[in-house]
Amino acid sequence: MGTTASQLGKDLLSEYQELTFLTKQEILLAHKRFTELLTKDEKDRPNIRISMGRILALPELKSNPFRKRICHVFSTSEHKDGSLTFEDFLDLLSAFSDSATLEIKSHYAFRIFDFDDDGTLDCGDLEKLVNCLTGETDDTRLTTEEMRQLIGNILEESDIDKDGTVNLSEFQHVISRSPDFVSSFKIVL
Amino acid sequence: MEVDSVFYTDRSGRVTSNPLLDQLPSYQSLLYRRKSSLTAGSKRRGSSRSRLGSSGSGKWGISTFKRREEKLKSPTEQRPIRELAKTMAEKRRHNTQRLEEARELSSWSHMRRSTRRHLRRLKDDVEEWLNSLKLWRGDIHLIEGMFGTGILSYFSFLRFLVMLNLVIFLLMFSFVMLPIIIAPSASGNITYNIHDGSECSVYPSSARRGLVIFHEHITDLLSGGGFLEQTYLFYGYYRADKIHFPNITYNLPLAYLLATLAYLFLSLIWIVKRSATGFKQNLVQDEDRFQSFCNKIFAGWDFCITNANASKLKRSSLLYELKTDLEEERIKQKIADRTRKDKCRIYVIRLILNLFVIAVLAGCFYSIYVATIFSQEAQMNNIKVNFIVDLIYEYLPSIVITLANFITPLLFSIIINYEDYSPAFEIRFTLMRCVFMRLTSIGVLLFSLWSQITKCEEEPCSCGYNHVLYSCWETRVGQEMYKLTIFDFIIIVAVTVFVEFPRKLIVKHCDCGLAKWWGQQEFAIPQNVLEIVYGQTICWIGTFYSPMLPAICTIKYFFIFYIKKVSLINNCRPASRPFRASSSNFFFLGVLLIGLALACLPVTVSVAQINCSQACGPFVHYNTSWEVLPTTVSQLPDGARTLLFALSSEAFAVSFFVVTCLAMFYVIALAGAHKRVINQLREQLAMEGRDKRFLIQKLCQAQKVSAIRSPVSRSQPRSPSYHTSFSNNFDEGVFLAHPPPDSSTHV
Repeated sequence: MGTTASQLGKDLLSEYQELTFLTKQEILLAHKRFTELLTKDEKDRPNIRISMGRILALPELKSNPFRKRICHVFSTSEHKDGSLTFEDFLDLLSAFSDSATLEIKSHYAFRIFDFDDDGTLDCGDLEKLVNCLTGETDDTRLTTEEMRQLIGNILEESDIDKDGTVNLSEFQHVISRSPDFVSSFKIVL
Repeated sequence: MEVDSVFYTDRSGRVTSNPLLDQLPSYQSLLYRRKSSLTAGSKRRGSSRSRLGSSGSGKWGISTFKRREEKLKSPTEQRPIRELAKTMAEKRRHNTQRLEEARELSSWSHMRRSTRRHLRRLKDDVEEWLNSLKLWRGDIHLIEGMFGTGILSYFSFLRFLVMLNLVIFLLMFSFVMLPIIIAPSASGNITYNIHDGSECSVYPSSARRGLVIFHEHITDLLSGGGFLEQTYLFYGYYRADKIHFPNITYNLPLAYLLATLAYLFLSLIWIVKRSATGFKQNLVQDEDRFQSFCNKIFAGWDFCITNANASKLKRSSLLYELKTDLEEERIKQKIADRTRKDKCRIYVIRLILNLFVIAVLAGCFYSIYVATIFSQEAQMNNIKVNFIVDLIYEYLPSIVITLANFITPLLFSIIINYEDYSPAFEIRFTLMRCVFMRLTSIGVLLFSLWSQITKCEEEPCSCGYNHVLYSCWETRVGQEMYKLTIFDFIIIVAVTVFVEFPRKLIVKHCDCGLAKWWGQQEFAIPQNVLEIVYGQTICWIGTFYSPMLPAICTIKYFFIFYIKKVSLINNCRPASRPFRASSSNFFFLGVLLIGLALACLPVTVSVAQINCSQACGPFVHYNTSWEVLPTTVSQLPDGARTLLFALSSEAFAVSFFVVTCLAMFYVIALAGAHKRVINQLREQLAMEGRDKRFLIQKLCQAQKVSAIRSPVSRSQPRSPSYHTSFSNNFDEGVFLAHPPPDSSTHV
């Protein structure tokens, strides 16, 4: 039940069309790009898993500050090392595709932003998120005072039950009223 | 091992579960929201058993599970599988389960389900095919990767205008030009408006006679005169009154008028439809910077950026935006703390500066007026100095308008610094002033043209207009619009070639201080949008006088796309002040609507008020262009006539207006009530959260006390829950010494 050699069977293709938001063209393109990352002897093995380092070499992910988190979220590996099979890759593209629903996108966005994987976005997660967005070096960060003010504002706007963290429902509520989210949470090969 | 991907193990890798918290209704609701999509499955039951812990509450949990799952079986079955947030393997398992169930169902529901699936597949294929037909998909994708969604929205706006102009042209062509063209071949008989000898209907030919020098051809091409005047390009050529086909008679003046109204109406509908989403969001977000920070942080990163340079710039622009917003919040605080004396001082300054702005605008409008009059007189008196000076006289109004539109934005952006508004408001206000300036300058041009046309030596004019100088004034207006369009295009090309490219070369190769200060070109979205909206407004006004103008505008925007794209990729860097994609969509379409409204005004006035020329055009036998409609209506059969009279009577209009007002007030009241309910629910939610925390703390204290007393103590680590967040705030292990009574945890 995995990808064999360099061709996708017709049944597999229609199954993927059924289970993801991708069109036939997009699935074929994804397959092409995925097999380009494989070495010669890996191409014949089914269900091959590519390490995170090689996935991150893709131009669509290379300049993304959330690339490591994306790989971790979509990886089904038991060692939690961020490696992806072809089906994980399709899940990734499906969640980031044009036709994915808002619910799917916000669910995965929440998982990506949840840096410590504890199910909520607390102050530590938010601070790491802001630092990812603005830059890693010292002179591209906000000052402590500004960070405090910013996190206070975010919690004020999104924390409905006032417990100091943003859980999935609150996050989805905020996202549903954000007009830019759907157009910016998009990766197209 | 976790089956359900929603719940993760904690960092130590152990499967965590907490018997008490897991039985809470809110946690259970999350479980069945995620898990009831799986119908049967032993794996689910196994994990739920481990989740519910070792106490006797397990049995209770499973039984309530089953009850809930049966209740929810029907709604979740409707959901397509791909909308579930699971890994591919789980989705596949779910799919096979559904198929197994489907075999147990009757053949009718099986057929219904498979038809639904096939229809969905068909819809996806059709959408994919339509998307592949979209113009410039590859180019726009490239731009999006390099510059993000803000600049992308400008280019998709440009694509929209190309489509709009094409449709308008097809409308005019098929209803006005096509009948005339196919009349000979379809055995149609055209009756022309021949001039009846009165002095109003004399139309001297403007074609050049004798030896024509080459540069005069160029002058004609650029000014729409000479050999271009008596062509399909301008209103004056459409002299047909009625075309008699074998079965029907085609009333060309009626078709001309109705096509004009139709294209204005069509543009309105299309723009409103396109802006519907953006408008809704803007209305929702109207409350005082509602969730602007969340929007910037959670939806701030463009995941479609692929260029490393663009990524770095996007990060710095986000940083700049965040700092500016935090700064603005501090400024707002400062403004609220202003003293009375400060407020007075600021209001006086603002008043003076606004008066200054009005004076500048008045000065610009007056200079446009003077330039138009001078240009018209120069053309009338046929003063031929030499080729270049003639061309300048022809294009004088366009030149003055362009200069004014170049200087005033700079002036406005300097003035706004002294008016001490918040930064966001500053930008919007300057933009509004620029929009007003640009679009009103066209109106001033038209006004000055009309004042010339209706000014005769002996008042009142014998034909209703100055027939001596303007035997066919509509063609003259059409020529002015044509010149504006051509000049606009020339300016855009010239600025790109002669300003932007050299700037890039200078900045790249020259290391002097001037180059550093000037810096690389930034793609300023507002100014570019104003440029193309200005062009589109001219097109809307001019189409009535020059039916082929939309085609010219389509070709013009087509070339502008490629010019701007090349300039963007080679010369520009992304703006340091980013333009948000959604609000920019609303801004573009809002400015376009203002342009449309301003374009409707001159067209309405000229159709309804000013006497149409007697020497040319389809409306020779009528006083004004609008008269065609009442004349045709009076020739309709009785029933249709009374209906139309009823529809246009005052009684109908007033009652329609009243009903619309009532509907609007009702909807506004409803929205206000919803807002109040939302606020109340928020407060209630916060209160509930506090109650829960309080009760849990009390419970923990009580159990700590009883744990000290009883020696059995097994602390169980917590499970992360994606719905209830309080569970993470408590580190103490909570356990049950005995199963709880049913009444306390029963839902």
